[in-house]
Formats: sequence, structure tokens, C-alpha cells
Amino acid sequence: MKNIKFLVLGVFFGIIMTKSEAISWYRIYEMFKFQSFHMYGIIGSAVAISMILMYFFKNGKIKDYLGNQINIKEKKKGFIRTLVGGTIFGLGWALAGACPAPIFVLIGHGILPIILVLLGAMLGAFIYGLLSKNLPN
Amino acid sequence: MDIIIQPWSWYISGPLIAFVLFLFFYFGKNFGVSTNLETMCTIAGAGKVSDYFKKDWKERDWALTFLVGLIIGGFITINYLSATNTIDLNPKTIQELANLGFANAGDSFVPNEIFSIESMLTLKGFVILLIAGILIGFGTRYAGGCTSGHAITGLSSLQLPSLIAVIGFFIGGLVMTWIIFPLIFG
Repeated sequence: MKNIKFLVLGVFFGIIMTKSEAISWYRIYEMFKFQSFHMYGIIGSAVAISMILMYFFKNGKIKDYLGNQINIKEKKKGFIRTLVGGTIFGLGWALAGACPAPIFVLIGHGILPIILVLLGAMLGAFIYGLLSKNLPN
Repeated sequence: MDIIIQPWSWYISGPLIAFVLFLFFYFGKNFGVSTNLETMCTIAGAGKVSDYFKKDWKERDWALTFLVGLIIGGFITINYLSATNTIDLNPKTIQELANLGFANAGDSFVPNEIFSIESMLTLKGFVILLIAGILIGFGTRYAGGCTSGHAITGLSSLQLPSLIAVIGFFIGGLVMTWIIFPLIFG
């Protein structure tokens, strides 16, 4: 039951993703073609407001629901892994028109072929896990 | 109600996404979705093949609950909270897609040319969806995050790895859209 808030949060995010059309393949295509401001507006305003939130998290003005300091996980460092990994993801993002969260929202839309993308993504994560020790950082 | 069933503009949607990020941190978690792909591998038994996946997935059960919520949220919105499923695209985008063989661009959330059952059951269609998935799964895990973890959480907390990752997202996205796409569909 302690997880029910994350279920509600998921429903809420699923609604936002659909209403904003950020899960539309066409919106992603349009973004990479620079033919619409829509996606840049969404991501840009989300980042701008989150920056303010992060400021208050870091200086302790906003604490979590238990009153503890909020910690922001540090991302793994490494120029090659972030640039090459990011580029590989970008190829898939543009082709499928969906990043990980939208894949699940689209399952809710009843678009069954997206399940194949999900299985592929699990396979991709699995391949990464197998190779992770041997990949350049 | 009318406000809800119409599509939402970017200046409504972006701040709401920031609010979701706020709630994640307020509930003591970081905002990010792609780690779940590894958790799902662990549940599917990948730990038998590689130690990398030998983890206790129950520690991330809250994140999996979030994914179930995404599916429910998508279902509710498309069935009960949408006046229209058409996407108001730039006419230029519609024309360009028509030239690539995509009919009626914007009449639905995703193109039938890629996401219909008939298309999935062709060899080309099957391979496109599978490869797209593999690129997403491998790329996000190698980079250490996707749009939520890097582009939103990482950029807003001013982390350099996330800036590099997002530059990568765009290199990949632009190469796919401008160069590879016309080769696949042209």
C-alpha cells in the first residue's frame, strides 16, 4: 500500500503525457525537424521550473515528506558513455517516436505493437548489462 | 471540463511535468524511468545469465507501480479525457511525411505505417520496432538515463554528464530523422 502514491503519480503522468501529445510519434518527428516549438516548450519549461526546485532541494528549503534533506543522485561520469549512449538512444527515440515512459502510456492507448518496442528495449538493456564491464567509459 | 478534454499547450504541460518531478523527490525518490528496463530484465531472470542483473528488484517495486500507473493513465486519457486524437502538426511536416509515404499524418497519435498490427507483421515493420527498442534500451542504460533522468532531472540539477547525454540524444535523433529515415521509408 505504501506504493499507492506512485501508482497515482503514474496515472497523473500518463494523463499529462497524453494531453501534452509528448507521446505522439509525430511530435517527436516534428521536434527533430525543427518544425514546431511544442516539444521544446514542454521540455524547456519543465527544466526551467525544475531548476528552481533543485535550488530549494539543495539548500534544504524544501525537504521530503519525512522532513529529510532531498538528495539528487549524481549521474555516472564519463564522456564516451554519455555521448555514445545518448546518441544510440537518440536514434531509437526518433525511430520509435517514444522514450521509455511514453512506451508504457502507449500500451494504455491500446497500441499493441509498442510492446515489441518494449521487449526490444529490455533486450537492449540486457545486452548492455552483459557488455557493461567491457564498454569504454 | 472543456479545458481538460482539449489538448494541453506546452506552458501547461511543462510545469506539470516539473510538478511530477517535485512529487518524486518529495516522496524520497529520484525521477527517472529507464532504470526500470534493467529491473524488468532482473524479473525476467537475467540474473541467471549475468551478475549485473543479480539485484533485489523488490527494492524498486515502487517504480514498477509507477509504470502500471502510466498504462492506466494512458488508458483513461485516450478513452475518457480526449475530445480529439488528432495532432495539430505543422503543415510542412504533414507534407514531408506524405512524401515519405505516411498518409494522414497527425490523424492519430502514432502512424499506422509503423504501429499497425499489419505493419508489425511484415519483416521490415517487425525489425524497425525491435531495433528501435534495442537502441532505446541499450542507449539509455549506457548513457545512464533517458529524457526524464538526463534531460529533465540531470539538466535542471546542472550535471555535466546530462548535458553531454542530451547533446547525444540530439545527434542520434537528427541523424535518424534527417538521414536514416529517408533511406528506410523514401
